Amino acid sequence: MSDATATTQPPLSRLAVPKETDPKTGLPRPNFIQDGGKGLKSWLFTLDHKRIAILYLITVTASFFLGGIMALLIRLELFKPGEQFFNADQYNQLFTLHGAIMIFLFIIPSIPAILGNFVLPLQIGAKDVAFPKLNLASWYVYVLGAVFAVVSLLTSAADTGWTFYTPYSNTTGTNVVAMTLGAFILGFSSIFTGLNFIVTVHKLRAPGMTWFKMPLMVWALYATAIIQVLATPVLGITLILLILERVFSIGIFDPAMGGDPVLYQHFFWFYSHPAVYIMILPGMGIISDLISTFSRRKIFGYSFVAFSSMAIALVSFLVWGHHMFTSGQSEIAVMIFSFLTFMVGIPSAIKVFNWTMTLYKGSIVFSVPMLYALSFLFLFTIGGLTGIMIGALSVDVHLHDTYFIVAHFHYVMVGGTVMALMGGLYYWWPKIFGRMYNRLWSLVAWALIFVGFNMTFFTQFILGSRGMPRRYWTYLEQFQPLHGFSSVGAMIMGAGFGIAAIVLAVAVWKGRPAGSNPWGALTLEWTQATSPPITHNFEEDVVVEHGPYDYDKVIPRTTA
Amino acid sequence: MDMADLSARPHYVKHHFADAEQQRESAKFGMWIFLVTEVLLFGGLFVAYAIFRAWNPEIFHNAHTALDWRMGALNTIVLITSSLTVALAIRSLQLDRPKVAARLLWTTLFLAATFMVVKYFEYAHKFHLGQLPGKYYTYTGIEGTNPHVFFSIYFTMTGLHGIHVLIGMGVILWMIVRTKRGDFGKLYYTPVEVTGLYWHLVDLIWIYLFPLLYLVG
Amino acid sequence: MMNAKTHETDGHGNHIIPLKTYLAVGAALILLTIITVAVSRINLGPLNLIVAMLIASTKAVLVALIFMHLLYDSKVYAGFFAGALVFLGVFIILTMYDTMRRGDIAPEEKMPIQARAQIYDEDGKPLNSGEHHGEAGKETDGETVGSEQGGDAGSGTSGGHEAEGSMEGGH
Repeated sequence: MSDATATTQPPLSRLAVPKETDPKTGLPRPNFIQDGGKGLKSWLFTLDHKRIAILYLITVTASFFLGGIMALLIRLELFKPGEQFFNADQYNQLFTLHGAIMIFLFIIPSIPAILGNFVLPLQIGAKDVAFPKLNLASWYVYVLGAVFAVVSLLTSAADTGWTFYTPYSNTTGTNVVAMTLGAFILGFSSIFTGLNFIVTVHKLRAPGMTWFKMPLMVWALYATAIIQVLATPVLGITLILLILERVFSIGIFDPAMGGDPVLYQHFFWFYSHPAVYIMILPGMGIISDLISTFSRRKIFGYSFVAFSSMAIALVSFLVWGHHMFTSGQSEIAVMIFSFLTFMVGIPSAIKVFNWTMTLYKGSIVFSVPMLYALSFLFLFTIGGLTGIMIGALSVDVHLHDTYFIVAHFHYVMVGGTVMALMGGLYYWWPKIFGRMYNRLWSLVAWALIFVGFNMTFFTQFILGSRGMPRRYWTYLEQFQPLHGFSSVGAMIMGAGFGIAAIVLAVAVWKGRPAGSNPWGALTLEWTQATSPPITHNFEEDVVVEHGPYDYDKVIPRTTA
Repeated sequence: MDMADLSARPHYVKHHFADAEQQRESAKFGMWIFLVTEVLLFGGLFVAYAIFRAWNPEIFHNAHTALDWRMGALNTIVLITSSLTVALAIRSLQLDRPKVAARLLWTTLFLAATFMVVKYFEYAHKFHLGQLPGKYYTYTGIEGTNPHVFFSIYFTMTGLHGIHVLIGMGVILWMIVRTKRGDFGKLYYTPVEVTGLYWHLVDLIWIYLFPLLYLVG
Repeated sequence: MMNAKTHETDGHGNHIIPLKTYLAVGAALILLTIITVAVSRINLGPLNLIVAMLIASTKAVLVALIFMHLLYDSKVYAGFFAGALVFLGVFIILTMYDTMRRGDIAPEEKMPIQARAQIYDEDGKPLNSGEHHGEAGKETDGETVGSEQGGDAGSGTSGGHEAEGSMEGGH
């Protein structure tokens, strides 16, 4: 909060001066990368949250590209109707793999496990998360789950869609058990991370770091962790029941044996709807930090944004039935769920409004992270509004299982979460590795991603509203121009992501040293830690002098 | 003050915690959150139970007679007693009596094993009669359509619970080893405390399973 | 009364529950078990379930507050645990709004599922022709079938709660 004596003394003066600078790399010594232990074993057995974040970065990025290849193969196949490269059964496996890999291996872990792990302890002034061994365990569990998913890929991959709906998932000959076991194991990774973050935020905040001095990134990660902890076990029991059904025919989802296939859908979506908020909430946290830093303004309505994260987390548990409007639920249930779905959009809208108001009269910096943040605002709004459209029961009856739905969720997941992830990676990359990336090539990558994304998915809104069903291997000739256009967009977007990855990778070794606070930001990771930080994060005891976004005090910036 | 000054810090307090109290509170909180996940995990099965019982009230009434309420009641008392013994074991450590604690933990383990033995007899009886879940059901003595539904629910719920008992037994055994090794006393007993919390949850779930499965109507 | 329960503390000054309290709670739990068994042998109709759940919940509260120390610990732990139960309640209630209220507004046809389904042989000819119109999946209660196959989806799940003997058990 405001401190009368702090008007002229910038917090940078409190920054720990690094003991030395390595003449070869220009980076401060010690830092957690060069001096936290040498060799592969020191990384694979690390307890340092920052190293674990990098382990996750590598494996989650690999999963993204694996799922991305599936996507490109899908779009290749759909360029024209009829068989191009894959038959119908293989196509079913492709979209199942694309969905399952992207959701369970990429997007759900992505922001919390990579950026959350790195940034959360730093932002609250802690030395590490509450349970470092559990943190490492969660990464190993992630790898184990990923192995199962890859095994499934190599041995008759499931062709049920990532939702594994009964009765087909019960009767199909493909290897459903391997994929669902993989998802089950990955659930534990998610739970461990969430558990760790909740305890860390409650117990390990530095003195003076009250709840309302925390960056909104931390609020978002906390709300996400609550969802992870409450919802993921239900996925666990759902997959156990599905596996038991498949292996032992216990009959819980089989109507011929007195069971109910719609019950499976209730179980599945009770997790999977809150899961989509696991995907978006951390992204929203990043956007809060980015918009504030690059408008040089405190977030408009900080407490509203913080409470809206909590509201999203809690209300998200009430709306799962909107994925099942056409499944055969009772009419009473569908009406209740439709009504509740309108409510869950309100906190998200509050956030978008507050971010926009933060931009107003701000001093905007068009850094690469800011471009991604602004893209998020635009694309997430489209995704969110189309979500409200299909939350209306009467509209969804026509649009369910069409490309409209596909476009909606890609707008929120890619246009939302992935844009936020990219923005966050570009924003914190200088902190993690101490290096700045090449701005020009980053802009090229961003442009390709933005244009390619809209080409791919805006087209699909049109396709869907004209009746093109989803998960269809072939289609009527009249849809071909739109499909073709969408496929070209996908290739462009893929190229953009490839370039972005290369730019960031090159920066690790060849980027110029970034300094401790190139952005002139005010959160603790920038003001009181070196780039890269030392293993114990802070050289001196953390002193919380001001709020996370108090730009109304004059803070000098070292980078344009 | 340099936080890395380890000489002032007890060996059982990890470096990223400010003091022993913060570590203990964090550990307890962490276990409570894990228990939350267990509640939701078993909760899914309770949802399935509620739905299938509401759809098949007469099956559930008829089928529950296949369960022996005396064995169920015995198991309930066994688990309640084991909860008591584990709580008393922690209390002994709080009073710096690790030898008493070890004996109480052995008792807890013994009671848990008793539970599993009783369970074994129950399961064996059902296998013998063909009262099995889903497509394996071959018993003919229960009236109504789809009587196997009850047994699918019964085996899934008690099976998952039994797995948790076995895991708990493993952890309690490890706690016994550490207690006898001298790791715990009135200054530090957190691992046993959180093990106790887990064990109490296992007891809590059975407290609900018993009337819902054995005492229907 | 204070000398009966000395306020004992551990090495860091944390509160220790007296032995008498633990034993009393243990005895109460066993007593409640006996009561719940006894009550279950009396036929109270739907009240049986309610009473059984109330007794079980009383036992649960005793275990949680005393054995698990929630009475003396930070309210945050109790808050999280209670919150989990609330969300479990949401799960049960909203799901049962579906499963218990199917056909309330647009009544389902009360017919056995095998009879309603349109089954075709290998040549594409219907097996039980004339039973009713349309392909499998066109239910007369106006529900559309999503991406599931066949007529198994949704409304066939009247299970045992509608016509008795409408389905054979097992395969």
